Amino acid sequence: MSKELLFGKNPDEIKQIVKELGMPSFTANQIVDWMYKKDITEIAQMSNISSKNRNLLSAKYDFGVELPVKSEESIDGTKKYLYPAGVNRFIEAAYIPDENRSTLCVSSQVGCKMGCLFCMTGKQGFQQHLSAGEIVNQIRSLPERDRLTNIVYMGMGEPFDNPDELMKSLDILTSDWGFGMSPRRITVSSIGIIPAMKMFLDNNQCHLAISMHSPFDEERRKLMPIQHVYSIKDVIDIIKTYNWQGQRRVSFEYIMFKGLNDTDLHAKEMIKLLNGLICRVNLIKFHPIPGTPLEGSDHDTMVKFRDSLSAKGVFSTIRQSRGEDIFAACGLLSTKELIKKGFENQDSEILNY
Amino acid sequence: MIYTNELKKVIVTSNISISANVYLLSFKREFKFKPGQWIAVGLNATDNPRLYSIASGVDNDEVNVLYDIKPDGAITPNLAALKSGDAIYISKPDGSFYCNNGKGWWIAAGTGIAPFRSMLESGMAKNKKLLHGGRYLSSFYFEKEFADVLGENYIRCCSQEKGNAVFEGRVTDYLKDLKQLPSDENYYLCGSSEMVVETRDILVDKGVPFGNIIAEIYF
Repeated sequence: MSKELLFGKNPDEIKQIVKELGMPSFTANQIVDWMYKKDITEIAQMSNISSKNRNLLSAKYDFGVELPVKSEESIDGTKKYLYPAGVNRFIEAAYIPDENRSTLCVSSQVGCKMGCLFCMTGKQGFQQHLSAGEIVNQIRSLPERDRLTNIVYMGMGEPFDNPDELMKSLDILTSDWGFGMSPRRITVSSIGIIPAMKMFLDNNQCHLAISMHSPFDEERRKLMPIQHVYSIKDVIDIIKTYNWQGQRRVSFEYIMFKGLNDTDLHAKEMIKLLNGLICRVNLIKFHPIPGTPLEGSDHDTMVKFRDSLSAKGVFSTIRQSRGEDIFAACGLLSTKELIKKGFENQDSEILNY
Repeated sequence: MIYTNELKKVIVTSNISISANVYLLSFKREFKFKPGQWIAVGLNATDNPRLYSIASGVDNDEVNVLYDIKPDGAITPNLAALKSGDAIYISKPDGSFYCNNGKGWWIAAGTGIAPFRSMLESGMAKNKKLLHGGRYLSSFYFEKEFADVLGENYIRCCSQEKGNAVFEGRVTDYLKDLKQLPSDENYYLCGSSEMVVETRDILVDKGVPFGNIIAEIYF
């Protein structure tokens, strides 16, 4: 049986472990320091902790840092990393270097339950939530970690469907005892699960991005089943009750589908919905997935749409598409085939119905 | 933390096991709702509640909630221990997994049958065909009710056991075997994300416009 992992635990949890193992209380701070401030991969490397106490720790725990097992590089410099997440399960993270910044797109779940029509991750169904350690490990074990400036929770999974581990991971990233990152460099993207979104907005200062994709109820319902539960109008109404005049930002993601959500009517409705909210809209090119009934809008239509929004004071940009050739672009991350293969090898089932 | 200021106390009138690990919880109806809507259910006023589709008719005296026990779940093992007279905390009904009166297909897996039972008990079964997927023959909750109303338009798909007049396989296998599907009818899907996504792909592949597919996912 595999041991419990230290990486991903917060100071309170480490203090408890230290107490249970009968170690001096100051050891807790030393362990936290080794986990989040230093570059080690094993408990044995915690050189300022006595060998007796390291042995005690090792008997029950593994350090918990996992290096990526595979990487691919796009012609545009984007890199996609594959990380293990338990037996026969994997997640992907996309590293996107740019002139002035380098962004890592991290995953929060293996698979996703949300079933959006346009998303490749949704096609693999849901396998498991990631722990805070597994989320933060994508950053900690990134070969380009020293160059990283921004983190976006836009990889596999719906972060607000895994709220406790999401919040814990943000705590590790932004606390002085953790990675000490500014929350202004972190964006959490969601389809808008209202209760968890409220908890997120109440408890930290990271940026928020909401996947809108249509301002119309009926249409969004067909693209995103979540609309049956939490409508985009309700999501925006809640967002409007928070203060966006400071440094914290809210943005709306909008994949543009040809003849479906790229008309003047859509632009007008978005302007109406977002009226009074300081925000940004990111227009995204659709990256077709197998069997999709959807087509992406052409560039001219996207430019016209962007200009319509901007002319009415809704700041909009067309997001540059990155890593399409290695399936690292928006909506393309998936580890379905790897998971299926693993399950076939075990003569087991992936589906549960 | 979540919804806690919006939860209302109600008293459980019954909580019965209708199949292995599957329960039907009931309490007196004190609100109006539409078939297809959900309520949040919590064990006390401060805990994080979970969402459940209402599984009873709009005019019934009692509201039913269908749930299966998730061994690692935060709520369902404790829900299963509730007895008549115990209190639970519920939200007002919400959601919009609505069904119209036109011809259509209800496609469910496991406890995803709940909203369709609400629709059935609300008199919306006319013109509908139901595909219900389950692992075992005991997984076809409300079997008799659906069979009585829908007759041959009630199709059970069992993936782990064989049975009389039961299709052997998943709902997706049943749909794949069909030569064609009407493209002018609505398809209402409710179940796990795996089932919903795979079923939607099959329907689209068979020529059903994606706009005719209305899906509710469990999360």
